[in-house]
Amino acid sequence: MKKANHYYLIAMLLLGVLVFGFAYPDGQGEGSTAAPAAEAPMPAAAAFDQMMAVLTHKRCVNCHPAGDRPHQGEDSHLHHFGVQRGETGHGLAALQCSTCHQETNNNISGVPGAPHWHLAPRSMAWEGLSRTEIAASMLDPARNGGRSLEEIVHHLTEDALVLWAFEPGVDDEGNPREKPPVSKADYIQAVKDWAAAGAQIPNE
Amino acid sequence: MQVSFNINGTPQRVEVEEHTPLLWVIRDILDLKGTKFGCGKAACGACTIHVDGEAVRSCSFPVQFAEGKNITTIEGLGTGDALHPVQQAWIEEVVPQCGYCQPGFMMATAAMLEKIPNPTDEDIDNNIVNVCRCATYYRMRKAIHRAAEIKSANL
Repeated sequence: MKKANHYYLIAMLLLGVLVFGFAYPDGQGEGSTAAPAAEAPMPAAAAFDQMMAVLTHKRCVNCHPAGDRPHQGEDSHLHHFGVQRGETGHGLAALQCSTCHQETNNNISGVPGAPHWHLAPRSMAWEGLSRTEIAASMLDPARNGGRSLEEIVHHLTEDALVLWAFEPGVDDEGNPREKPPVSKADYIQAVKDWAAAGAQIPNE
Repeated sequence: MQVSFNINGTPQRVEVEEHTPLLWVIRDILDLKGTKFGCGKAACGACTIHVDGEAVRSCSFPVQFAEGKNITTIEGLGTGDALHPVQQAWIEEVVPQCGYCQPGFMMATAAMLEKIPNPTDEDIDNNIVNVCRCATYYRMRKAIHRAAEIKSANL
């Protein structure tokens, strides 16, 4: 009986080796220290295309105005009620962004919201610029708030206000706002791949 | 969810769905009817209150964000029998016609005067963008300047 148990144990161990060997053919099973195979980075030109398709979208540019008033809506009209940027981009004394915009979208009133809702500074005006001009503006420390490339990537891929563009909620009629033409995951990857490839701006 | 805040100096705790507009908590649960519902889209300003001293459109302010805040409504603008300068000026200039939108205007004005003690006409135009269907704007402008005078004299 004891000998039969011994053979049974050996057989089960061999079976286990076969099963887990097929399940993790590249040595990436549990306990393995090998890193998972990363997806190949997007070509820099394609990454730039995807990134700029988002950054030139109205969900971004509406709050990167060339003047002192934000835009709103799918037609990017000037913000109603004469809303202005004020000294810090957060509005005026009794008409601040936070008078109406809170930290989340309000799907009851149709007022959009995200953390620290405010206008981009005047130096970061994108309205009216081409996509390469916007990219050059982003990389220029004199206009980008003194950010390094690493800080730019962080802002573009992790700031809740930037990423609001992908979850813009509904308007005051209950209709979903238009999202950028690239998914959030693809956009984030595109920004990282573009930066990793040297943050080159194509000649256009 | 439970939300706790101070309203007009009194601590309150309410059990309510987190997305409920603060306006309806104020009116229907706390029974303070001075704050008015107008458009429900943060456009007209009839529902303006103060949250930690800042003007806020309460129809578009989910109650979850009121946690721990100090809220003031038109009922708490004055203290006891002492009228707020905005209330005094509104009476002196006989501003209201139908009156429905006036609490929102008065709260917005009070918030502005804390940051701009002597507003110009341009300051008023830029900051006080509420809507009055009786078009009492002319009298309100006079009252806002008068409120600034009263407030300055009280300092």
